[in-house]
Amino acid sequence: MTNSLRPVLAFSIMAILFLLVGFMQSWSVALAIFNLCLISSIMTLGVNIQWGYAGLFNVGTMGFAALGGLAAVLVSKDPVPEAWSAGGLNLLFAVLVAIAAVSAIVLIFRRMSKGPGRALVLSPVIIIGYFLFRYFFDMATQDIEAVNPAVTGYLGGLGLPIILSWVVGGAFAAGAAWLIGKVVLGLRSDYLAIATLGIAEITIAIMKNEDWLARGVKNVAGLPRPVPYEVDLQEADWFISLIETLHSGTLSAFTGDDRVAQLATLVMQSSSIFVKLCYSGLFLAVLLIILTMSIKALNSPWGRMMRAIRDNETAASAMGKNVTKRHLQVFIIGSAVVGIAGTMLTTLDGQLTPGSYNPLRFTFLIWVMVIVGGSGNNLGSVLGGFLIWFVWIEAEPVGVWLIEVSTTWMVESNPVRLHLMESAQHMRLFTMGLVLLLVMRFNPGGILPEGIQKERR
Amino acid sequence: MTDILNALVLFSNFVLIPSLAYGSQLALGALGVTLIYSILRFANFAHADMMAFGTMVTVLGTWWLQSLGISLGPLPTALLALPFAILAAIGMSLLIDRSVYRFYRTKRSSPAIFVIASTGVMFLLNGIVRFIIGPNDQRFADGERFIIRAREFKTLTGLDEGLAIKVSQVLTVGIAVMLVIALFMFLQKTRMGKAMRAYSDNEDLALLSGINPERVVMITWIITAILATIAGTLYGLDKSFKPFTYFQLLLPFFAAAIVGGIGNPVGAIVGGFVIAFSEVMITYAYKKFFMYLLPQSMAPEGMMQLLSTDYKFAVSFIILVIVLLVKPTGLMKGKVV
Amino acid sequence: MSFLSGQAMFGGYGGADILNGCTIDVSKGEIAVILGPNGAGKSTAMKALFGMLNLREGKVTLDGVDITATSPQDRVKLGMAFVPQTSNVFVSMTVEENLEMGAYLRDDDINTTMEQVFDLFPILAEKRHQAAGELSGGQRQQVAVGRALMTQPQVLMLDEPTAGVSPIVMDELFDRILEIRNAGIAVLMVEQNARQALNIADIGYVLVTGENRHTDTGEALLASPEVRRSFMGG
Repeated sequence: MTNSLRPVLAFSIMAILFLLVGFMQSWSVALAIFNLCLISSIMTLGVNIQWGYAGLFNVGTMGFAALGGLAAVLVSKDPVPEAWSAGGLNLLFAVLVAIAAVSAIVLIFRRMSKGPGRALVLSPVIIIGYFLFRYFFDMATQDIEAVNPAVTGYLGGLGLPIILSWVVGGAFAAGAAWLIGKVVLGLRSDYLAIATLGIAEITIAIMKNEDWLARGVKNVAGLPRPVPYEVDLQEADWFISLIETLHSGTLSAFTGDDRVAQLATLVMQSSSIFVKLCYSGLFLAVLLIILTMSIKALNSPWGRMMRAIRDNETAASAMGKNVTKRHLQVFIIGSAVVGIAGTMLTTLDGQLTPGSYNPLRFTFLIWVMVIVGGSGNNLGSVLGGFLIWFVWIEAEPVGVWLIEVSTTWMVESNPVRLHLMESAQHMRLFTMGLVLLLVMRFNPGGILPEGIQKERR
Repeated sequence: MTDILNALVLFSNFVLIPSLAYGSQLALGALGVTLIYSILRFANFAHADMMAFGTMVTVLGTWWLQSLGISLGPLPTALLALPFAILAAIGMSLLIDRSVYRFYRTKRSSPAIFVIASTGVMFLLNGIVRFIIGPNDQRFADGERFIIRAREFKTLTGLDEGLAIKVSQVLTVGIAVMLVIALFMFLQKTRMGKAMRAYSDNEDLALLSGINPERVVMITWIITAILATIAGTLYGLDKSFKPFTYFQLLLPFFAAAIVGGIGNPVGAIVGGFVIAFSEVMITYAYKKFFMYLLPQSMAPEGMMQLLSTDYKFAVSFIILVIVLLVKPTGLMKGKVV
Repeated sequence: MSFLSGQAMFGGYGGADILNGCTIDVSKGEIAVILGPNGAGKSTAMKALFGMLNLREGKVTLDGVDITATSPQDRVKLGMAFVPQTSNVFVSMTVEENLEMGAYLRDDDINTTMEQVFDLFPILAEKRHQAAGELSGGQRQQVAVGRALMTQPQVLMLDEPTAGVSPIVMDELFDRILEIRNAGIAVLMVEQNARQALNIADIGYVLVTGENRHTDTGEALLASPEVRRSFMGG
């Protein structure tokens, strides 16, 4: 099969799969999966930029996605002025103390030479700084969290349109990536993996426990939407008439009250599909922009240099390429893309639930997407995002169906059968592991391998 | 005087004893991670899930033995089921090595590829465990719960503070100590143990000396499976068995192994205790402790807690990140390949 | 008939060949030295003889048996021992453990062999419980040679044994190698210090671009003006 045909075929199969879901389950389900597929592909593109372009082993995707989610809250929710007046001043003091302490520590670290003298000066600074910070910070958080805790109890956001947060989410992730990258990029590959995995867990721990920031595990629900609400659509005249025209064939079979009832049902169903389609349009636009930029970047001199560094770091640095700086660059860009996808996900959910971030789903699954799709190939990443998310979701109904079929000979109440039915949802983990291992073993380049046929060990 | 004693008892009850038990569990897990790292040269992301797999077999075995009416009297029945679980974990480890890792070993793939493969194994094992036993919390400890209860201790000593020591805690520390001694004897005294150290030290030279790498790798998987199953069972007896909790132990294991110096077995043990003690000590509220020690007028107002208990898990990651930054070779000199 | 023989060897590490038909022979109780300029394929020829490099053409025989397709590990079992140029000891293990690892394949009593090694290198007996990584460069080389001798090999192959050691240690090491030869072992080594090596060599091979340029006794090569000019600075 020629290389240009392969993506076309792969994406056609993907389209057929969606059509199958549409016809067999429902169009609403198909669109719901499609939207998450779009977000997954963007995340995968982000990881691919890091791993596929530069060989950076970042297993902290979850943290960047969560930071993106945080951005959605901080941008779109209305500010809580009572909370600001209750704890804002103390929080400001806390921040000032933190800045002062950190700069003092950095200064001591730079100015004094290593030895017991430095430790002697450093430790009181750290201890006093920490307790002073905690003094103001604890007062601030206590006051903020006391403000109407059932509804707010946090500082709120800026009250801006949520679509803005997509950019802010990317910026948050990029900022965090800069900080983290400065620190951990010098480590060898599997250390980098462990470090990023740990940092992601710390990020989630902070988001779960710092209630003043985004209500922690109490969640922030009811985020504003970038698209219309179903209820508004159902009452909008233009929407009703649109549905009327679209379904005129079906409706012509009814008259009078029946027709009105039928129309109402259709409007109801269509409004949810319409909302999902709006999201699809927005996500698709973002995906296409990022994909185009990624492809352009990969084929530019910059991308060639990246791959040169990936394939032979020593040679590249011998040729005068600043490897660390390039790595930092690519780490920031990739993380920003993941952050954008994380913000989009929170936007789609309409709520931020820090408790739902799980490394299996938000980090390792993304990695499966990258590897299966084809690391180093942007189209491959998009395909991997689509395919793996699709399998992740559909593994459960298919698993249930398979077990149902294979246990038809058992009695309804057979305990083995019941246990199997109950456990079917865990099949997806097994399936993912199996798919990953099989692809790595028998098709290490992924479904759409990187253009340059080079054996990667 | 009694105040000081009360403070000490309080500290032992809430910090010292729990940390000792947790530290032993972490040390055993970290030993497994470190052994795989020094022999197969990759960070095994599936280690915690192998631990969950082994423990699951222990739990199932315990239930089966209980249904037969077999027990160990005051000791948990799980100890009887443990050998079978170890065998199952060894079998699974060797099967995975055969079907997954050996391929990349012969290709001499980079560590990153091994790590990604191990995440595949992680998914597989995670799925198998949840499929068989479900995602829920399982308690399987039976027999005597306590060696000494807090109330008994109070009446015995006349102190205000009680000291409770659980059977599982003593078992954990005792078994961990024996296991570690056995492992070190093996590594230092036996031919195979020395061959493992030689292979870890200098793979090429080990080959030139006629050491069979496949055999070294096999023994390594066997030892790791034993360590993982025992660590998991002890953890489960001490707390409870839940697949997701076990999966989350992966990072403390890595933290312990790296803090101690990865590839260095002594380091893994040191690291295990460093992580356990810091987790407990940093999140313990010292208010009562200081109330015993300080005069009434100086009694602290706040909780005297460095970090809220919610951050318990994060502590190990923070220590991990700091060590990676400040001293990537770890406290005891580990190998950085 | 020489004991170990590589005949008309061609091969390299993928890409262009490094060996272009060179032939190396060594008999028991004989020291053979491979010399040549940088990039001549000296170490490569040695590795080819030990099976660490697949030959494209040519064959290797040991005691008349074709071992071209035998793996390095199996060649150890057949009585060949190899001392690499670098990382040739287990740094984290004691001297004694290093020697034990050398004898890993043997099931019989290794104490006599270990005593022989200690007789040959008395300093090792003194430091037997010290980690090899803590020893000086010359002592490490002794451990490396000692480890190789523990298999009781019939052929001992040394890749630049004197690289990076002081002249006094070098002379000492060459004396020991003579003793090893006198015990009836075939010794093959690659050397940079051509003059000193040829002094003890029974036969010398001068390689250039993977081919034999000169082959003669050590004495004759030392006397040859051309060899002197090219490799010994006059």
